[in-house]
Amino acid sequence: MKPIRPNDMMLQVTIRIVAIIIFAFSFYLLLAGHNSPGGGFIGGLMTASAILVLYLAFDVKSISKALPINFEMVIGLGLLLALGTGIVSMILGFPFLTQFFDYFQFPVYGEVELTTALPFDIGIYMVVVGAVMAIILRIEEDDI
Amino acid sequence: MSALHFATLTPFLLAILIPFLFKYIKRIHTGWFVLFIPLILFIYFLTFIPVTAAGETLMSSMAWVPSLGINFDLYIDGLSLLFALLITGIGTLIILYSVYYLDKRTEKLNNFYVYMLLFMGAMLGVVLSDNLIVLYVFWEMTSISSSLLISYWYYRDKSIYGAQKSMYITVFGGLSMLAGFSLIYIMAGTFSIQGIVANLEPVVNSPLLLPAMILVLLGAFTKSAQFPFHIWLPDAMEAPTPVSAYLHSATMVKAGIYLVARMTPVFGGNAEWFWIVTAAGLTTMIWGAVSAVRQKDLKAILAFSTVSQLGMIMSLLGAGSAAYYFGDGDNALYVTAIIAAVFHLINHATFKGALFMAAGIIDHETGTRDIRNLGGLLTIMPITATLSFIGLASMAGLPPLNGFLSKEMFFNAMTYITEYGIFGIETWTVILPVVAWIASIFTFLYCAIIFFRTFTGKFRPEKLETRHVHEAPIGMLVSPAILILLVVVIGLFPNILAYSLIEPAMRGILPGMIGAGEFFEVDIYHWHGFNIELMMTIGVVLFGSLLYMTMQKWSKLPFYHRENDVFNTVYDTGYEGLIKGSQFLTRIQMTGRLRDYLMYICAFAILLFIYTMLRFDAFVISTENLSGIDPYMWGLMLLLVASVIAVPFINNRITAIIVTGFAGFLVALMFTVFRAPDLALTQLLIETVSVIMLVLAFKHLPKLWKEKTRPMIKAPRLIISIGVGVMVTLGSISAFTLGGQAGYTGISEFFTENAKSLAGGYNIVNVILVDFRGLDTLMEVLVLGLAAIGVVSMIKLRFKGSEDV
Amino acid sequence: MEIAMSIVIGIVFSVAVYMLLSRNIIRVVLGTLILSHGNHLLLITMSGLQRGAPPLLNFNEESYTDPLPQALVLTAIVIAFGVTAFLIVLVYRMYKEHELDDLEDLRGSIDE
Repeated sequence: MKPIRPNDMMLQVTIRIVAIIIFAFSFYLLLAGHNSPGGGFIGGLMTASAILVLYLAFDVKSISKALPINFEMVIGLGLLLALGTGIVSMILGFPFLTQFFDYFQFPVYGEVELTTALPFDIGIYMVVVGAVMAIILRIEEDDI
Repeated sequence: MSALHFATLTPFLLAILIPFLFKYIKRIHTGWFVLFIPLILFIYFLTFIPVTAAGETLMSSMAWVPSLGINFDLYIDGLSLLFALLITGIGTLIILYSVYYLDKRTEKLNNFYVYMLLFMGAMLGVVLSDNLIVLYVFWEMTSISSSLLISYWYYRDKSIYGAQKSMYITVFGGLSMLAGFSLIYIMAGTFSIQGIVANLEPVVNSPLLLPAMILVLLGAFTKSAQFPFHIWLPDAMEAPTPVSAYLHSATMVKAGIYLVARMTPVFGGNAEWFWIVTAAGLTTMIWGAVSAVRQKDLKAILAFSTVSQLGMIMSLLGAGSAAYYFGDGDNALYVTAIIAAVFHLINHATFKGALFMAAGIIDHETGTRDIRNLGGLLTIMPITATLSFIGLASMAGLPPLNGFLSKEMFFNAMTYITEYGIFGIETWTVILPVVAWIASIFTFLYCAIIFFRTFTGKFRPEKLETRHVHEAPIGMLVSPAILILLVVVIGLFPNILAYSLIEPAMRGILPGMIGAGEFFEVDIYHWHGFNIELMMTIGVVLFGSLLYMTMQKWSKLPFYHRENDVFNTVYDTGYEGLIKGSQFLTRIQMTGRLRDYLMYICAFAILLFIYTMLRFDAFVISTENLSGIDPYMWGLMLLLVASVIAVPFINNRITAIIVTGFAGFLVALMFTVFRAPDLALTQLLIETVSVIMLVLAFKHLPKLWKEKTRPMIKAPRLIISIGVGVMVTLGSISAFTLGGQAGYTGISEFFTENAKSLAGGYNIVNVILVDFRGLDTLMEVLVLGLAAIGVVSMIKLRFKGSEDV
Repeated sequence: MEIAMSIVIGIVFSVAVYMLLSRNIIRVVLGTLILSHGNHLLLITMSGLQRGAPPLLNFNEESYTDPLPQALVLTAIVIAFGVTAFLIVLVYRMYKEHELDDLEDLRGSIDE
């Protein structure tokens, strides 16, 4: 994260590819979490590591330009999403945070299970990414 | 919710409006609005007189916490109605008086009237509730509002002192009363007073009866300022005079009397009750009367006189309770004692209320209450003087005023006790009438002192604070005048009260002593013939006058100049000692060292652990059912132990961080061995992120340095850390072994079986997180989010300049 | 293995508490880190280790390892991270403001 000398070309090229792979894997972990190891926490941490890896290879300024995300905001949005799924079941007359699932036939893909636990997990995912990134970036920025 | 509930809660509900009225209507004194509340309530309660006079009672229930037997039940019988009428009736007069007493331009009327209404509502609640817990809640509310009113002029040190003192003493009593109520509940199985009285059998035969009685009496005695708890009442005189007249003479201090009267059917059959209540009452009476004589402040004299009069009522209730001991309601003694108690309760409220108001007028007009500076006000304030004279004459027990009637009955009751030789201790009971008589002489004496020192003698305007002393405005005189009018009317025609108020109240104090449809015989008359009571009264007047005549002589004695009560010294010393003691304890304990606090916590945890393990023989170890150890697991464990043990010895920041991180990665590996893939992944990622974070924060962090600690500190530190380790090891082994032996299926079985069918997921851990225990997870991410926001704000927000952080 | 692990956990706790009782503030922070490791291992160990397949129903096994402690520990790990982050920033902000890293010097004033 310290400004790295610009001639680290090998690192930058590799990291570009590696980061994409980590990103993709983190999304897989998030979506598959209900049935195999993974889930919001693990997916979130994985995504945060992918972003951190990018920061390692490039300087802060260019990454901030490429990913103009306010991570404090992500925490709030994630919390709202997780809370929202709970409130939806409450509106429908079930106890707070009751989750539903069903199986759907999709034309090409075949049978897919859709659950309301997924938006909840995505909420967790967002909070984790937001929290980890907010903490680390703030510490990094602090130079007084 | 019945009309009765609404009436009880009205003062609370309307108290909310007072601040707005005060703020937006400046032109009209806020008191005028408040005046309507007690007035309407008084009229409302008057409508109940025919009901109770017919010997009927009224119960109105409202469920509050029914599962615990706590219901907001209101009960009206003669006793509670009498108090409700006193509270609202005197309340009306006091509010009227306060309109003239407190200046609307300078005083904080909003505070005053809000507290006043709080008190009024609380007091109504105390006398009307049938449920002991509800009674207790209202009881403490009267203590709180009383303290608030005493500290109304909160910028005066003495006000704060008096408020604290009354708070400590009455709340102490209130708490012990609560304990007493709990004991009663254990015995009777109900909190309802009427329920307890209806089924006394389990209470009377219980060994808990005596402790419960003493605890309840502590509450009553502290509230009613009985010896030796009377010390708070004189200090409560720092309150504005309307408050003193209302709370500290007419109503709140009578709450203790009310409680004793209410509890008489429960405890009355015990000799202890008779002796404690009667003895405490008489001791208070004589102590108060003698102390009153020594005071130089008008209100202080009246305060001690209130103490003394309360003692007198208390002793009468004690004497009357003997009716239960003998199970005999027709006996003249008990009837006389209870009639006298109820009658004097009313009389005291009338004349003492008027006298306090008169003292307030004198204070208001002259600026001082010191009898050494007052004098000769008879010609300047003729109306106040007349009112005071009648009130004082009534208090001294002179015919034909109402005080005379109740004092006669008091003597009658006290002499009867000796004749009946209650409990076979005749020699002792002789003391009672003698004490009563001596106390009455002192009562006469301080009445004379108040009147002659204030209104006769030489008028010395140079000693007073106000220039032009004149009679009080008419509005201020109305309230005491009404009360004095009552004094005279009751004195001349006492029997108007006999069957409207006194007899119903007696039925409340002595239920079951008389059959349904029957009535106690209440007949109050002036002339009993030349009997011993009349002689005692004549003796009181003679000796009292004699003492007043010779005052020049005995006022030089040191006795007269020692105004401070001995028990004040006890209280002050105890209070200071308590504060010093707690400061000392805090100082030795709160060292400001994190290390010491952690040591306390750990040491206590270890001791508790050892105790539990020994007490329940909980340490179990068994080699059965263990899982095998793979060879690489030995390696992992050894590495973990080695890296962890190394950390404290490292004096280099970056090395320490890396070694700690290494231990974290080992933990992640262990999770894979423990077949927890989710955990392993999480731990791995968290450890990565943590190390990145630590390294980033590295530039900001302080250095590690080698610690030089003395062995004195090092030894306990080692012992405690090893102790914690051993405790955890033993606890873990026992928990594991016992968990295997317990033989019941944990909730995990449920999760494993239903993950697929209920939540449609195969990863049980994730299903638990997002579905079964979703709320936990939600709270967890909330914590994480808060930690992040905390970090961001710590970094972003800086204290500027001189702010101390 | 449970008994062996219990002993390991005991040692981890001992070291963690020893570190917590240090004067140096960095050691205290590292102590909390180690303490959380010990805690996570303790939770897992107490419920019994390797009682079956990993708690994934895809394995179609007879028995599975207890999933509940795993869920608890997963939560605990993430919380521990949040707490550590907070603690570290607290420590270094404090260090920047006061230039103090010795807990002996960080005691409140006498009259507090």
